[in-house]
Amino acid sequence: MAGTTLQMIIRSLFLAGLLLSSGLPFAYAQQEALPTSEVAPGIFVHAGATELMTKENEGAIANVGFVIGRDAVAVIDTGGSVREGERLLAAIRERTDKPIRYVINTHAHPDHVFGNAAFDGNGIRFVGHKNLPQALAVRGAFYIDAFRRIMGTDLIDKVRTVKPTLLVDGTLALDLGQRTLILRAWPTAHSDSDLTVLDEQTGTLFGGDLVFLAHIPVVDGSIRGWLKVIGELAALPAQRVVPGHGPVSNWPTALLDERHYLEKLAADIRALVAQGRPIRSAADTAAISERSRWKLFDDYNARNATAAFSEIEWE
Amino acid sequence: MLARYSRLLLLAGLMTVTPIGASSIQAATADSYDPWPGLVQDIFNNRPIDEGTGIVAIEMPYRAEDAAIVPVTLRITLSPADNRRVVAITLVIDQNPAPMAARFELGQDSSVSEISTRVRVNNYTDVHAVAELSDGKLYMTKTYVKASGGCSAPAAKNAEEAKARLGQIRFRQFAKPTDGPQNGTREAQIMIGHPNNSGLQMDQLTRLYIPAFFINELRIWQDDALVLAMQGGISISEDPNIRFAYVPHGAKRIRVEAKDTEGHLFQGEWPVENSGI
Repeated sequence: MAGTTLQMIIRSLFLAGLLLSSGLPFAYAQQEALPTSEVAPGIFVHAGATELMTKENEGAIANVGFVIGRDAVAVIDTGGSVREGERLLAAIRERTDKPIRYVINTHAHPDHVFGNAAFDGNGIRFVGHKNLPQALAVRGAFYIDAFRRIMGTDLIDKVRTVKPTLLVDGTLALDLGQRTLILRAWPTAHSDSDLTVLDEQTGTLFGGDLVFLAHIPVVDGSIRGWLKVIGELAALPAQRVVPGHGPVSNWPTALLDERHYLEKLAADIRALVAQGRPIRSAADTAAISERSRWKLFDDYNARNATAAFSEIEWE
Repeated sequence: MLARYSRLLLLAGLMTVTPIGASSIQAATADSYDPWPGLVQDIFNNRPIDEGTGIVAIEMPYRAEDAAIVPVTLRITLSPADNRRVVAITLVIDQNPAPMAARFELGQDSSVSEISTRVRVNNYTDVHAVAELSDGKLYMTKTYVKASGGCSAPAAKNAEEAKARLGQIRFRQFAKPTDGPQNGTREAQIMIGHPNNSGLQMDQLTRLYIPAFFINELRIWQDDALVLAMQGGISISEDPNIRFAYVPHGAKRIRVEAKDTEGHLFQGEWPVENSGI
């Protein structure tokens, strides 16, 4: 422990020396901007890696983005570490000087909210589903501890839970100046705090983790609720979707693979429950036929099957 | 005795609550610190515990896929030639905020040979099963479980639905397993709709901890003979689910009674299917 602290002090002194010698005016290093692409006029997205959060990828596994209006900017998800959040901030500052008015969190999972602290302050309003404060309160400390083990103290010590102050129950319109974002809070599906953001002007939908492509969908709410929500989501008037994970895609065809997986998982589990098989049997067998269609299948399918079993057995 | 266990089931958790800022110390020490000797003292009063291979077995997945729902099976492997019987099995999840997950008491005449339930697993941890035999001796077996990754958390997924299910009891009987360890063995399952709140979660608005609210007592009888009793703690998953193998002795009815920490009483009674076998 003492050794670690000493190393940290030495490293800090070393970094301070570098900063002084490079003549930066501030006592912190400017982060390198996160690469983003303009998927529609004024809408920028960083494509997350289809991986688990690690020290190496700095937690940058989810798609994060921002929308620039005439007067202001809205950020949609902040990434899996404060460093990713700072790099997103740097990317915004490369594109515009307009003030950031809103940070919208599509739900409470760490790969979407761990960058929040990079934006806290300066009157920026944090926006989320009406269940988001409770979800963050219940899970926040657990996530921080769990990811400190995985990603290390350097990346995780700065992570803080930032409480949303503007909550969405039903729908909410945010005006960025000649550009309106329609936020919609959904019933429990991927999680219990799922929120989508629709840019009416370009027909671009930020689906959060209600929409997965390539990355296996992760069930942390209700598989039955999610299948129901997919039906309603498909009716949203969008041209394209920025999913929580996977490539920006056409709407609503982007939902097909995900719906297929969730329906297969639910059907397999209904059969196991009907046969009287125990919950542990679900992990090895349910939706196994989907294995070749998804990345990270072995990391999440057993978990999805376990969670879905505990829900479907109550039908 | 009951009061003593209840305290262990709950207070051990509350005492380890730390503000977020201090939790790094806890995390840094969790992996190297072995809480087992202290748990032997707290839960088993420092009684000697022998190696339990050939008496009790524990099965869990090596990785806790979903931190909120980790299946665990306790199996009695005591030889029929042994003239003792297993009186109780205690399940201990060493690194959880409340390590004593449950104590199962086995009815004298029901020959319970297997108990499965689901638990929350917060961290990389040893999980111990300690069997108490009719001669008073304790025997221990253990397994190791890796914590889950990703966005899995030992928390409610759908709080509204959990509330709506509160107090529902479902009973299910399964076909006689072909590989049952004893002739005439049957399997049955009790599900109780209950959030089984841990009490370790803070209400964002009031800044107060949401009080612990969980099933602390469950009893299952065939007619008037006890099959199984459980004293449960906050490590038992939401909607407690107990599946067990037993030998019916011709009883006509299965009866279940559960109590939670707010004093609610949940009861149910069902006819035994094919009770003649």
